[in-house]
Amino acid sequence: MTPRFIRRAREAALAYLLILPAVAAFGLFVFYPLVKTAYLGFFLAPPTPNLPSHYVGLQQYQQVLGSSDFRDSLGRTGLFVLLTVPAGIVLGLALANLAQKKVPGIRAFRTIYSSTVATSVAVASVVFFTLLNPEVGLLSYLFGKEGGNGILADPHWALPAVALVTIWQNIGFTFILMSAALQSLPEDVLEASKVDGASSFVRFRQITLPLLSPILFFAAVIGVISGFQAFGQIDLLTQGGPNHATLVLIYDLYQQAFQFNNPGYAAVLSVALFFILLLLTFAQFWFFQRRVSYGD
Amino acid sequence: MATDSARRTRRLRLAGRYLVLILAAAIVLFPIYITVVDALLSPQQVVTRPPTLFPTSPHWGTFATAFKEGNLGVYLRNSAIVTLAITVAELLTSVLAAYAFVFLRFPGRNILFVASLATLMVPFEATLIPNYQTIQKFGLFNTYPALVLPFIASGVGIFLFRQAFLGFPREIRDAARLDGCGHVKFLFRMVAPINRPVLAAFSLFAFLTSWNQYLWPLVVTQTNSVRTVQIGLRQLSLTNFNQLDVVFAGTILAALPIGVLLFVFQRQLVAGLTAGALKG
Repeated sequence: MTPRFIRRAREAALAYLLILPAVAAFGLFVFYPLVKTAYLGFFLAPPTPNLPSHYVGLQQYQQVLGSSDFRDSLGRTGLFVLLTVPAGIVLGLALANLAQKKVPGIRAFRTIYSSTVATSVAVASVVFFTLLNPEVGLLSYLFGKEGGNGILADPHWALPAVALVTIWQNIGFTFILMSAALQSLPEDVLEASKVDGASSFVRFRQITLPLLSPILFFAAVIGVISGFQAFGQIDLLTQGGPNHATLVLIYDLYQQAFQFNNPGYAAVLSVALFFILLLLTFAQFWFFQRRVSYGD
Repeated sequence: MATDSARRTRRLRLAGRYLVLILAAAIVLFPIYITVVDALLSPQQVVTRPPTLFPTSPHWGTFATAFKEGNLGVYLRNSAIVTLAITVAELLTSVLAAYAFVFLRFPGRNILFVASLATLMVPFEATLIPNYQTIQKFGLFNTYPALVLPFIASGVGIFLFRQAFLGFPREIRDAARLDGCGHVKFLFRMVAPINRPVLAAFSLFAFLTSWNQYLWPLVVTQTNSVRTVQIGLRQLSLTNFNQLDVVFAGTILAALPIGVLLFVFQRQLVAGLTAGALKG
């Protein structure tokens, strides 16, 4: 054994020791459960608890993924994403643009616009749950919707209401992201267009917007991903109701697993969710690579 | 006079801009403002119409009620313990792993790094059921470890720190080695301190993410003694609906720690918030 070999071996041993905690945690809480989820999808839940579950192979995957229930919850999730993402980005960008101009007191406005990052999903939902309450809610009062069952119990308005809460909660983050993007724009280009006498609307459409397109794409992708993961607001505001109007994919998964005792069904939904988000994550990595290769 | 009218136009424009700024601020702030006001009103005042928009005789005691009887004190303590544990654990495991990936040579380095990155593509929701079963099997249901263990390592952290450490100047590293500086000392005395901004941004991100967690704490907790503040808030709004002012005060108390934290760490905020955007 040469001294060089011993040195190498000691270096490798140290490396494994340093990596061990992370790798062990990943193995136990990421990779093993991922495989296990796919495996659980092969088993049908017994008709009554305590009986053994029943191996059915791919049959359950076919049944669940081909069902109209799945299509409906996927559709609702898509609708939720459509309601939250574009509106959120437009509002965030509008606020960021508004707060760009350096007028006295602008820092206070910036703090206010970014303030909702301090709220969690639970905080935002509890606030709006009361605001939307048909008897005491101020928003119900303002919209003339007092009395009756209220907005959250209305199948037409429940999902838009949940979307509204989500947009509000995310507005601070979107504002911060868009402000950072606007501030990083090349000033000379903007100045040149000003000298050219272009109106502010034309400047925004033809110069600012194209320059912002990578960050807009980025915001859209993370918006869609977090839209698919939106859970807390639905749990606190509507529990998937009324009449399944807010039963999105993730809430369906949760109910099947933890309320209906149907882990096999929920596992199939988990696998579907995994592949959907995987596609979206690839889109995001693709974006990052592009941005890195363009360089700053 | 041309200059006069130009000045007047400019003034009008500025006034218009402030009007829009204030209007937008009012809309963004409205939900929080109403919550603060309603927390300070008496329960009867909350439901009177037209609504009271300013508390003339604020009931500060409601906050104490929420803290004690509403259990907010316990929930906040639980959240603080769990969040700090996760943040410190993620920071430590990520720094150690990233150090090995950058400064040490060993068989399997690339595959292990790729595996760490691959965790970014696995949303926690997709592994929820087996993780729940694991926690049950370990007998950890409704404990702090159940809330912490699944999150002690972070692909985001490893990725960010590896990127940062790669930029460490080779000459300094060689000089340190020649001086007989061991790996551990080198890591904690030189590499980590130089990369403080990345460590700080990541810590802020890790703290915010774990503080705001909802789904996992919901499924693995059962009693108030371990519930985090998010789940505690759910509990409060479910059980105290006849005491609206307490619910409002509890909501404010739940949001306050993060509000203060973000105000203090404003500079790290952008980096901290976007760090997490890597995770699917």
